[in-house]
Amino acid sequence: MAAFDCGVGLGTGYPGTPSTEILESFAALGGRAQWSPNEKVALEVAIGVAFAGARSIVTMKHVGLNVAADPLFTVASTRLDGGLVVVSADDPGMASSQNEQDNRRYAPAAGVPMLEPSDSQEAYEFTVRAIEISERWHVPVLLRLTTRVCHAKSIVRRGTVTVPPPGPAHFEHDLPARVRIPAYARAAHPQLRKKLAEVAAWNDEAGPNQLLPGPAKLGIITSGVSFLHVREVAPEASVLKIGMTYPLPLERMKAFAASVERCIVIEEGDPYLVESARAAGIAVEGKPESFRFGELNSARVRRILEGDNTPEPKRAAGKPPAFCPGCPHRNVYTALKNLDCIVSGDIGCYSMGALPPFEAMDTMVCMGASIGMGLGLRYSLPPEQAKRVVSIIGDSTFVHSGITGLVEMVYNPPASGHVLVILDNGTTAMTGLQEHPGTGRTLVHAKTGKVVFEELARTLGIHNVYVIDPTAEPEKFQQTIQDCLARPELSVVISRHNCLLANRWIREYERCNEQPTD
Amino acid sequence: MSSQPINAANSKPTNVVVAGLGGQGVLKASDILADVAFSAGLDVKKSELHGMSQRGGSVSSDVRFGQRVFSPMVPEGEADFLLVIAADQVPVNAWALRPGGVLIDASMIDESSLPNKRSINVALLGMLSRHLQFPVEAWTAAIGRNLPEKLHEANLQAFSMGRALERR
Repeated sequence: MAAFDCGVGLGTGYPGTPSTEILESFAALGGRAQWSPNEKVALEVAIGVAFAGARSIVTMKHVGLNVAADPLFTVASTRLDGGLVVVSADDPGMASSQNEQDNRRYAPAAGVPMLEPSDSQEAYEFTVRAIEISERWHVPVLLRLTTRVCHAKSIVRRGTVTVPPPGPAHFEHDLPARVRIPAYARAAHPQLRKKLAEVAAWNDEAGPNQLLPGPAKLGIITSGVSFLHVREVAPEASVLKIGMTYPLPLERMKAFAASVERCIVIEEGDPYLVESARAAGIAVEGKPESFRFGELNSARVRRILEGDNTPEPKRAAGKPPAFCPGCPHRNVYTALKNLDCIVSGDIGCYSMGALPPFEAMDTMVCMGASIGMGLGLRYSLPPEQAKRVVSIIGDSTFVHSGITGLVEMVYNPPASGHVLVILDNGTTAMTGLQEHPGTGRTLVHAKTGKVVFEELARTLGIHNVYVIDPTAEPEKFQQTIQDCLARPELSVVISRHNCLLANRWIREYERCNEQPTD
Repeated sequence: MSSQPINAANSKPTNVVVAGLGGQGVLKASDILADVAFSAGLDVKKSELHGMSQRGGSVSSDVRFGQRVFSPMVPEGEADFLLVIAADQVPVNAWALRPGGVLIDASMIDESSLPNKRSINVALLGMLSRHLQFPVEAWTAAIGRNLPEKLHEANLQAFSMGRALERR
């Protein structure tokens, strides 16, 4: 909503829990939003928008920023004409992620200012502020969110903070500002540090930080959703809530710490604020290491404040997710299990193949890794094992970062060959049924160009390409995999059957897109 | 059973945890409840974990409302009400309920008596509504705002059935 109210010209991103809903909401309000094949491309498109003098927002989950890190680190030192907000949605506690990385570390590493809202109202206001800061200093701004900010709803008053509407998009040649060849880049780095020093001074003076005065006995420095837990548990305490957590308002922090008897930092995840404060010579207390893991909540914050290190109560485990009845992935895993395959897996619904009853996926690291890891296994294992290795990847994940893996497979084929299975269920199922370049429909489900996997594989020089519906022909599917494994050649088997949850919608979109528009 | 007073003097928020399995309408029920509280002019916060929920895994949603709400999460053992749409999920979520808190779960409703089995989430809201001082019209309006029109009748009936079951 804030992006819409700020006149953001384009929103880009790749779906990922808990960030997915941002672009969908922006599009629903009437904003122009589009899914990119991956986060790197999404950020690069957004950079182009900013170079044109228009405003952009790019959204991703925390691990998505790893993919987009390459452009992020260098764009930081370019000169942007339009506001660029990079949204990173972190998942402490890993409700739906493969790691618990704390993306606050990216801000100092890349040299980009960072804002951390704590609720829906602040998410609105800080997005507007991010545009403002981005345009004032011509730098991208990282808006760092966490699950309990993203998947939380609280009352939002619209228009509480505003920026002037964007000017018209326009381009003037200015090579030193936008070309990062070493000659220009060398001059740009000190300029970036100078900008960041200015932002730090501004943050100390006028940044979106909040001081809640209280008795001098206890002072708490906090940010993001942790602030709300602090207010819940210690409503009387003195609190310095930091809204802009890079560059930090170190003078304010110093003064605050000096004004209280006990100064403790309450933060979720890594000891980012604690380490930064200590490096600046500010004596603060941190949390015990055990609270680095998982989300914070009121009870855990109370324990930290009270120095209670007794074991935390364990909650009963919930029911794990499972493949839907009739899910096409089921027959795929049945076949791979029957054939005693070594399965190099990837990220999506089909990651559940690692759970009972199948337990048939052997590796999972990051998006697209199934292909490279499968090749590495093939190169290294003894022949008896090597010929049982299969890489398995979903349709959206294949487009995201599997295509380069397929190129590697063609370029450096293992002696035993390799088998890649693309699970094409016609949607990005795991994150809630988003479109991707393989569906041939845009974020708002309109017809567009379509990447056809079998044609792509053949174009790259793979001779054994098969498309099979594993629901209609499970025996044929298993037989094909078996035949491919027996040959020391490269094979791509596309398992094609629409996701059962998406099927009704896919048919509806197809019908709408077939209707003549005029 | 006593009803939860909601007035300016009551500074502590009311805490409700809605739980069940993916696809049962946990988030929809919590949206309706939050909407009712919002319409009454209260501060409302809700939060949930639902990354994997579509695949039939456990899902729960915290709803808090009152004059002022800070954390979006219901603190452990402080839920005034626990609504569980899948009866077998009661033990998994029992940590949330405070001593003396009210448990409302699917086993208290005869599913076959509902016009549409999928409306059980709204039927449980009907039972909850007896404990909260929001007018029936506010619930009816929120159900209307949060569900597509063709589902209104079945859900309003389910709500009334739930409300009739729970005698004060």
